[in-house]
Amino acid sequence: MASRIADFGRYTHAIVRGIPASLAKEALRSCPSEVDVVQARREHEKYQEILRTTFGLEVVELPADESLPDCVFVEDAAVVCGDTALITRPGAESRRGETKAMKEALEALNMNVVEMTDENATLDGGDVLFTGQEFFVGLSKRTNQRGAEILADVFKDYAVSTVPVQQGLHLKSFCSMGGPGLILVGSSEPAQKALKIMQQMSDHRYDKLVVPDDLAANCIYVNLPDKGHMLLHSTAEMFPESLKVLEQLKDYTLIAASNKEKTKVDGALTCCSVLINKKANM
Amino acid sequence: MTTEVSSETEVKEKAEESAAQLDQPEKATEETQEEVITEGEEKEKEEKEKEKEEKEKEGKEGKGISKFLPTWLKKPKSQAQEAPPSEEAISAGQQEGEGPVPEVNGHTEEVEEKETVKSEQVKETEAESHSNASADTEPAKEESAEKSPERSQETKEEQVEEKEGKEGGLRGGGGGVEGQTSIFQSPLRLVRKAKMKLVVCQVALLDGTDFTCEVEKRAKGQYLFFKVCEHLNLLEKDYFGLTYKDNHEQKCWLDPMKEIKRQIRSNNWQFSFNVKFYPPDPSLLSEDITRYLLCLQLREDVATGRLPCSFVTHALLGSYTLQAEFGDYDPDQPRPLDYINQLNIAPSQNREMEEKIFELHKSHRGMTPAQADTQFLENAKKLSMYGVDLHPAKDSEGVDLMLGVCANGLLVYKDRLRINRFAWPKILKISYKRNNFYIKIRPGETEQFESTVGFKLQNHRSAKKLWKVCVENHSFYRLNAPEPPTKARFLTLGSKFRYSGRTQAQTRLASSLIDRPSPTFERTSSKRISRSVDGAPMISITDVERDTAENGREHRLDLHSDSKSPLRVHGDNIYVRHSNLMLEDHDKTQDEVLKHQASVSQLKRSFMEAPPASPPQSNQWEKRLTSSPATAVRFQQQQVINAPSAEAAAADCTSSDTKEPTKTADVEIEETIVVQEVSKATQPALVTVAVDSPAIPPAKQETREQEVKVQEEAVVPKEAATAKQESVSSESESEDEAEYHPNVSASTHMPEVKEEEEEEDKVEEDKMADENMSAPVVASLPVEITKAAEDVCKKEEESKREEGQGGVKRNAEKEMEVGRESEESTEEPMMTPEEVPNGVALAEDAVIGLVGHAEKQEPKMNGETLLVEPRPQVICCSEPPVVKTEMVTISDTFAAQKTEIATKEVPIVHTETKTITYEAAQLDGNGDGEPGVLMTAQTITSESLCTTTTTHITKTLKGGLSETRIEKRIVITGDCDIDHDQALAQAIKEAKEQHPDMSVTRVVVHKETELAEEED
Repeated sequence: MASRIADFGRYTHAIVRGIPASLAKEALRSCPSEVDVVQARREHEKYQEILRTTFGLEVVELPADESLPDCVFVEDAAVVCGDTALITRPGAESRRGETKAMKEALEALNMNVVEMTDENATLDGGDVLFTGQEFFVGLSKRTNQRGAEILADVFKDYAVSTVPVQQGLHLKSFCSMGGPGLILVGSSEPAQKALKIMQQMSDHRYDKLVVPDDLAANCIYVNLPDKGHMLLHSTAEMFPESLKVLEQLKDYTLIAASNKEKTKVDGALTCCSVLINKKANM
Repeated sequence: MTTEVSSETEVKEKAEESAAQLDQPEKATEETQEEVITEGEEKEKEEKEKEKEEKEKEGKEGKGISKFLPTWLKKPKSQAQEAPPSEEAISAGQQEGEGPVPEVNGHTEEVEEKETVKSEQVKETEAESHSNASADTEPAKEESAEKSPERSQETKEEQVEEKEGKEGGLRGGGGGVEGQTSIFQSPLRLVRKAKMKLVVCQVALLDGTDFTCEVEKRAKGQYLFFKVCEHLNLLEKDYFGLTYKDNHEQKCWLDPMKEIKRQIRSNNWQFSFNVKFYPPDPSLLSEDITRYLLCLQLREDVATGRLPCSFVTHALLGSYTLQAEFGDYDPDQPRPLDYINQLNIAPSQNREMEEKIFELHKSHRGMTPAQADTQFLENAKKLSMYGVDLHPAKDSEGVDLMLGVCANGLLVYKDRLRINRFAWPKILKISYKRNNFYIKIRPGETEQFESTVGFKLQNHRSAKKLWKVCVENHSFYRLNAPEPPTKARFLTLGSKFRYSGRTQAQTRLASSLIDRPSPTFERTSSKRISRSVDGAPMISITDVERDTAENGREHRLDLHSDSKSPLRVHGDNIYVRHSNLMLEDHDKTQDEVLKHQASVSQLKRSFMEAPPASPPQSNQWEKRLTSSPATAVRFQQQQVINAPSAEAAAADCTSSDTKEPTKTADVEIEETIVVQEVSKATQPALVTVAVDSPAIPPAKQETREQEVKVQEEAVVPKEAATAKQESVSSESESEDEAEYHPNVSASTHMPEVKEEEEEEDKVEEDKMADENMSAPVVASLPVEITKAAEDVCKKEEESKREEGQGGVKRNAEKEMEVGRESEESTEEPMMTPEEVPNGVALAEDAVIGLVGHAEKQEPKMNGETLLVEPRPQVICCSEPPVVKTEMVTISDTFAAQKTEIATKEVPIVHTETKTITYEAAQLDGNGDGEPGVLMTAQTITSESLCTTTTTHITKTLKGGLSETRIEKRIVITGDCDIDHDQALAQAIKEAKEQHPDMSVTRVVVHKETELAEEED
């Protein structure tokens, strides 16, 4: 806690999960689309590779489960902050089973694991934006007030503010942290509105970087002791205009990762991993 | 309404008291002294009787008292006042309870002091009776109304006291512990009139101990608070406060400005000492002891769950607590979990947590207690609920919410979730009406209209409480100064509630100037001496701490330098004009302010350095704090004297009750009067020559409406005796609704800051004991100021004073009352020369704050001849129009549309202060209406032999126009040898020469004159 900001973006472990073949047909999606599972797996492979080699994380890969078509999106199953991990209760009933493996993995990592058992609560990790100083929880189709309350109860040190998500699947479908005190956000009206709310709710000041494409605002920020600011973003092929904006970031190493297939099933970059900082744990 | 009116009760009291006192000597060591005391009491009796008479013959109080003052004066005077508190502590050591217990060393002094005090108290009584608005007009009614409840209450209290007294006697031999308690006893006794019942207060301290002390029944909250701070050896007291439980078991903050008795409304004189304003950055605190107390509070907050935190944080905080209290982890000594259990670290403390705590404790090896505290605070301050004061409420749909008031604004929680937040700059108005609490929100970028958000509170009480907390928090964290012009913060709380202490900006400055060796203190659980660390030499530790502090300070300065970053300026620029603190990044801005202040004034240092308040003086101080309604009464008297102007006067002074400074003008209570206009008068500036390219907005936003209201109210007491209660009700803070405009203050804010500097300057340089001026600074250490000032340059006077203390103080009281009146008579072209009581004559040799034409005029305007008038009467004269004209001469460019004249009579013995403000017209008229963006601000100070010039330059961007405003403060110090007129003229001339393209828009002349006492 003492060095929340300095530690922001520092990670030691990542939990990922394989892509089941069922993803193509059964995974939930907001608009109908054809998913090439092979291509998706290739992308995911590359993604893991970046986590492993570029970011130097210890990657824990959970096996895919065919009965859980969305299981690759591990982010929704757990919220990890410090040494505490909250196992969520995903808003989509078909995804509730995903938490089991996640829980085991986190316990194996010696995390302080808390489960969300309240049957009235739903929370997807994709709705949780941790800024290093506080949480914003999007109230979306997948996350409700009660889920947010439980999260607030688990992470007592931090302010937890709720933000209505009017468009898109999750809060992080249009924003993410681009660094300590920097929020990347899409330019759509709902995204901007959500940002306004976050700014109003916060005692802290955040800089914002607005990218033209909402989904391009979902990036993974990692701070490496030796390499500094690293930002994993979607490829230029997908969002050329947004990349131009991201390129304005000074002293950042930008790393592109193709996410094309996963986005068809509403999967963004952050969705595919749970990042953990074991060193910060006491 | 207060006790004092009830003469029957007094008699009774007296009897009981003497009985009690007679009781005491039996336990006491020396019999002889008893006699003295008894004598004293007899005199008290006399006094009381006389007082009664006085009250019956309205308006003659002063005279009656003065008659027997000489008796006191004849008594040998001692240095008791100057005696260091420690001595008193020793001497008082054996005393406990109500009667004065004869004491070997302390005896004579005490008697003396007591006498002195008594006479003061007579004064005070007067003042207070005035404070009860119409009390004087119709004492009889009051009495009948108050008598019975009063009596029964007193009886009860007396019982308690007597008991206490006996206990004290029994415990007398006990020594040490007792001694601490009784340090404060003698002061109390000294200052408080014997007729006043003493009440035993129990204050629960943060370390779990109780502090017992006696206060006079009618003491104000701050009296007790100061006692507690004194006991704790706490200088940075502005972050703290006392709480009590009301009849509904709700914790309430004790208003320092109001009588305790009226607040607690029960006989339960039990309080807790608590942190009231959690410093956002505890590392900026100057003293370890302050941090320690903050730690204690936070430990409690954490342990009770009021400050929620996670398991890990619990453990971490607990481990720092262990380190601070017990030192390094000692593997040899098995650390049973017992002591950790005692520590009560978390609401749900379990073995797992305790183990974690030990584990972490090990890692803190070598950390000093102070460092451990610092670490504790560094972690605690990041907790999201740190410093958030929660109030249950409902939204318009009846959904349960929590409203959290904190440094940054108002937070809205639903369960644990933050669902909304209103930063202070966003809030235009805070009000409550019955059980509704409203905030008016500044329209957002896209919105056109202001919106009002309403919440329902449980009842009216809670709504009001929340409102008060908001007002206080806003003032503390966002304003430079709560009451800019007068600085008489402590004089201001009349009928309206406002924050009366120092703001964070002020207290930070004050802390940064603390220059005493770190006090040693004992940590409770361990009895560890604060600075002793295992094996570590104390000195080095201190050094470390010091360094940290210094770094902190430097850091601030750094911040200051880049504080002009465009980012900040653009942030919430609309607020800039209200106060630079209105910016979101207020910390930096504050620092900026601080720097300005620091560069000019060192007064506070001397305050801080000064020895702890000596009892009699602190009381003297307190007396000055008599609530303003006194003024109203006074004016009624005037009405008799001065029929024609009476009504106006009454209106004026009633309005000025609030002494609301224009600048802050924050609080508006609908039911009561808002006195924004009045405050102007109270500007403490010695001489302010404001030069301005566009005209300066004089921040004169008085509303005629309000004036009218005021007048109406003022008339009430005149018309009907029954109306008393009404005017009094203003004191009780118009119950049903109130408003607070956090942002009203407007463009004058910078000047205000400056004024403060000035004050300090003045006090420092002029060595004047100007109460009004020093009030803000003094807030926490009232006594020292007076004392320091006097010490420095008024030694002779002091000796005189000592001789005639009773009389003098009495006089001081009088002056003070008058002073206030005159102070307040701003708008009305009426001057109230102070009454000069017996034995005080005007001596023009003291400090004259830049006096020019003004000075010449003053006599005319005020009819200064009256100054020497020995009779305690207030005389009002209308202001001759001459002044205006003269003024115009000074500010040649503008036609003076407005001329304000204010007299300020300093409530201190030998000082007389006057402030005259001349303002040029606001020709552009948009002065206040438009927000400006502060571009730069700088302060330059230069000194010559007898003048000190402080130049404050602010550049503001207003509606595309850049406005440069230069304020010069010129303090001319010297005696009559100096031609003040010339000096002023010269100063103005110079100012004009230096800025030929600018115009003088305002000249404030503040003159302080020393009044020499007449030898008896």
